[in-house]
Amino acid sequence: MNSKEITTQISKAADFLNLKKWDYGASFSNDYSVQVDKGEAKQLKASQKQILTLRVWNKSNLVGITTTSDISESGIKKALNQANIASDFGNKNERTEFSPLAKDPIEMKDAKKRNPVGIKKLLTLLREAEVKLIESHESIKSVPYNGLSESFYERVYANSDGAFRSYTKSQAALYLYARAEENNKKPRSSGSVKLGYGVEDIDIESCIKEASNKTISHLNYSSIKTDKYLICFSPESFLTIINAFSSMFNARSILDGVSLSNKNSIGEKLSTEALNIYDDGLHEKNISSSPFDGEGTPTKRICLVNKGRIVNFIHSESTAKIFKTIPTGHAGLGSKVSVSPDWIVVEKSEENFDLKTSLDHSTFEGEFVYIEELNAIHAGVRASQGSFSLPFDGWLYKNGKKISIESATVAGDIKYLLKNIVNIESIQEVTTSGISPHIWVNELSITGDA
Amino acid sequence: MFSSQIKSHEIIFGSCNKDLLEEIIYYGIGLGADFVEIFIENTDNSSVLAEEDFITSVSPSFVKGAGIRIFKGKKDGFVSTNDLTMHGLKRSVSQAIEMLDITDNNKRESFNGLNKHRDYSSSKKKWINEVPTIHEISEKLLVSTKSLKKNNKIITRKGSYSRNLQEIIIASSDGTYVSDIRLHQTVGLNVIASDAQYRSSGSRRFGSSGVPNEFRLWDHEKAANDVFESSMNMLYADYVDAGQMPVVLANKFGGVIFHEACGHLLETTQIERGTTPFENKLNEKIAHESVTAIDEGISEGSFGSLSVDDEGMEPEKSVLIKNGILKKFISDRAGELRTGHKRTGSGRRQNYSFAAASRMRNTYIAKGEHSKEDLINSINDGLYCKSMGGGSVGATGQFNFAVEEGYLIKNGKLTEPVKGATLIGEAKEVMPKISMCGNDLELAPGFCGSISGSVNVTVGQPHIKVDSITVGGR
Repeated sequence: MNSKEITTQISKAADFLNLKKWDYGASFSNDYSVQVDKGEAKQLKASQKQILTLRVWNKSNLVGITTTSDISESGIKKALNQANIASDFGNKNERTEFSPLAKDPIEMKDAKKRNPVGIKKLLTLLREAEVKLIESHESIKSVPYNGLSESFYERVYANSDGAFRSYTKSQAALYLYARAEENNKKPRSSGSVKLGYGVEDIDIESCIKEASNKTISHLNYSSIKTDKYLICFSPESFLTIINAFSSMFNARSILDGVSLSNKNSIGEKLSTEALNIYDDGLHEKNISSSPFDGEGTPTKRICLVNKGRIVNFIHSESTAKIFKTIPTGHAGLGSKVSVSPDWIVVEKSEENFDLKTSLDHSTFEGEFVYIEELNAIHAGVRASQGSFSLPFDGWLYKNGKKISIESATVAGDIKYLLKNIVNIESIQEVTTSGISPHIWVNELSITGDA
Repeated sequence: MFSSQIKSHEIIFGSCNKDLLEEIIYYGIGLGADFVEIFIENTDNSSVLAEEDFITSVSPSFVKGAGIRIFKGKKDGFVSTNDLTMHGLKRSVSQAIEMLDITDNNKRESFNGLNKHRDYSSSKKKWINEVPTIHEISEKLLVSTKSLKKNNKIITRKGSYSRNLQEIIIASSDGTYVSDIRLHQTVGLNVIASDAQYRSSGSRRFGSSGVPNEFRLWDHEKAANDVFESSMNMLYADYVDAGQMPVVLANKFGGVIFHEACGHLLETTQIERGTTPFENKLNEKIAHESVTAIDEGISEGSFGSLSVDDEGMEPEKSVLIKNGILKKFISDRAGELRTGHKRTGSGRRQNYSFAAASRMRNTYIAKGEHSKEDLINSINDGLYCKSMGGGSVGATGQFNFAVEEGYLIKNGKLTEPVKGATLIGEAKEVMPKISMCGNDLELAPGFCGSISGSVNVTVGQPHIKVDSITVGGR
C-alpha cells in the first residue's frame, strides 16, 4: 500500500469502528550499510522497515495511541482498536488536538533525492577508504569503527480533518574511526563522520584526511594538571553542549519541571549580548531536514536566543496552547507528544563589543585548552540541574606548543558557561548537528591525571 | 494475542512453521550460503507514564519482523524485513546472497532439515493473561508517585512502567529450531528536588524477566523512600574536589563500571575489532586476586536471563575472571567463527532488525569476605559512591562514570554528601586496584546499548574498594 492508500484504509477502518477523529504518522524505509575489516567485508546489512503510529480521540475527546509495523487491513484495525482502548487513559489535564497548522502550506525544497548505488559499490568505496586511511600514517594500524550506509525513506502525516503531508528523502553516511599505536604508548583513536544526500555527495577523501589528521594529532599526548583553564570549544563541541541543555528552550521540558527555564524565562539574560542561537531545521546544510514535524506542523527557523536573551521556546500543539502561542514545528508524535530541536545555528550578534577578539584558535599564543569533541553526554549531563562533567578529546596549548590531552573531563554549569563566554569567533563551521563558530569560555574546571 | 492474520505461506506464531522455515533455508543453501539463520519475532509492548498525580501516557505497540543472516566464510550478510510471507523471506535471502556476491554455488554446504522443535514457550503462553492490566499498572504507579510527595521541596515526581512480551522463532541450517516467549517488565521512579538555587534528582529502576507477577510484588513504598532520601541527601551537597583518591563503590548498580569498563572488552566483537587490551591475556592475571567476575544468563527472574539466546543456544554461566586470572570471553556464533572462542549462549540483539552479537547478560563481580564497614574503615581520605549514574567507554578503553550520590570518607567514616563526581580511568589500570570485595553481592537491572542495539542486562557486585582512581569534580 502507498501512503494515500494507507490513509484511505485507516479512514475506512475508523468509520467501521465508529472513530470520528484520528491522525497518524508513518515511516517507510530501505537502508543499506557495509562495514569492513582489513580489506574484507565484515557485515553487510539491508533492511526494509515500516512503522505506523496512530492516534484516536474517543467520545470524551481523550487521545489514545498505538504503534504497529503491520499495515495490512487487519493490522490497521487492530491498531485503531488498541488506540481506542488506550484513550480511556488519555490525559485529561492536557488535551491534545490536531495542530492548527497541519494544513498550512509547507516549504518544499528540492529534496535532492539520490538513487541507490547498491551494496557492492558501498563495499568497494569503504574498502578503498579503509586502505587509504591505514596507509596515511605508519602508526595507524586499523580502522575498528567504520561504516558506509545509504537510506531511502518516506515520512507521512495525515488526519481525519483532511490534512495529508508526505515527503521522500535519501541520505548517506560515512564514518571512519582509526586506531593508532606506537611503542610504549597508549593506543589513540579519533575519526570523522560525513553526511550527504547520497553516497556521491560524500567527500570521502576529506573524511579520510580528517580522520587521519585527528588521530595522528593525538599521538603525542600528556596528562593535564587538574585546574581551571581558558577553554576554546570547537563548533562541534559547543553544539553538543547546547543540544544537551536544549531543555532550556523546550516548552515541554518547562511544563514537566525538568528545564532550567520556566514559563517566565522569555527575556531572561542567558549570556553575553554577542550570542544568538537559532533552531533552523530547514537550513540548506541540514541533510536530515524535514518540512513538517510529527503533528504535521511546518518546520521553520526560530530564534531562541537574541543578543544573549531567551526570546522563544520550541513547541508542540499542546504546549503552544498552554503558552498561548502557535506550534513551532518541533513535535514528535507519541502518547505524550515530545518536543525537540532540529538543527542549532549559533552566531555572533551585532552587539559584540565586549568580546576579546584576540582569542582566535588559530593565532592565540597564550595558554588554553581546545575541546575538540565531548563524549559520554548521556552520562555526564544533568540537564535539569544545569551541571555537566564530560570527558573530551582536545589539546593543551602552552608556550606556543600544542599537545594532546591524555584523558580528562571538563566540568561546570551551563549558565556559568554561557555567562562566561569571552569570544565568539567570526567564522561559522558546518557540522553534522548544526552550525557554530569557535566559542571561548573563561575558567572551566578540567580534571586530569597529573 | 499472538494470533496473526493467516495467509498461505506466511509465518504463523503459535503454529508449526517447520516446512516454511526449511524451504527458506534450503533456498539459501542452494544459492551457495555456508550458513543460514532466520530470526523471527512478534512483540507486544506497553508503557505507562505517571507524572505527579496523573497518567500522562499509555503507549501500546505491536511489531513483527524477521532478520535473516547468511554466512559465506567469515563474511556475513544480514537483511531485516517486516514481510513474513514466504515471498518476503525468500526475497531477503536473495538480497543477502547478492550482497555477499555469492556466485560460486558448486561447493554447497549440506542442510539435513531442522531438528526436533525445542519449544521453550509452551509454559509461557499464559503469561499474557497474568501480567497486570493497564488499569492495574496505572493505579499502582499513581500510588507510587503519591508516595514520593513527602515535602514541598519535591517539584517533579514520575513513575514509569514498561512491559515487553516478545515471541521468537529461530531456525538455522545447523538444524536449530527453537521457539520462546520472553517477558521483561521494568518500573522506575524519578524525582527532582529544589530549594532556592539548590537542585537535585533521584532515580531508581527495577526490572525482571519471566515473572508476570513481579510488578504486583514491587515494594513501591520502599522504592519511594529510597528515591526521596537520595534526592534530599544530595540537595545541598557541595561539588567534590577533583583528584586521585581511593573509592568504595556500592553494590547493585555500582557494577555498571565493571560492565562498561571491563565486560565489554571481554566480548569477542572487541577481539574482532582489535580494540581490547585483553585479547592475548587468556589465563593471565588481569585483575587483583580478590576479583572473580561472572557473566551468566540463568539467574531466575534476573533482567538479563534467557531460556535461549538469539541464536538458539541455551545460556551458560561463564566465569570470565577467576581470582584475577582471565578465563573466558563472551562469544556468539560470529565470534566463534572469527576468533575461535566457543559460543557461550550470549548471542543477543535488540530486535529482528539487528544481527546478534556477543553481549553480556547478568554480569557481576562475585562476593568476597569483607563487610561494607571494613572497606570504608580502611580509607582515610576518599569517596563513597552510593549510587552510580551512566557512563561510557571510549574507543581505546578509557571510561567515565557519573556518581549520582556520593559521600566523602574521612578517617574511616562517611561524612558529607558531594555532587558532580565522575570516575575516570582505564580498565587495564583499574582492575588490579580492586583490592577488597564485600560480602553483599546484589544485582540491578539496566539496558546496555551496543553493536546489536539495546538489550536487557543486570549489573552487579558487592561493595568494592578501588585503591586509587581519578575523581573528576570542580
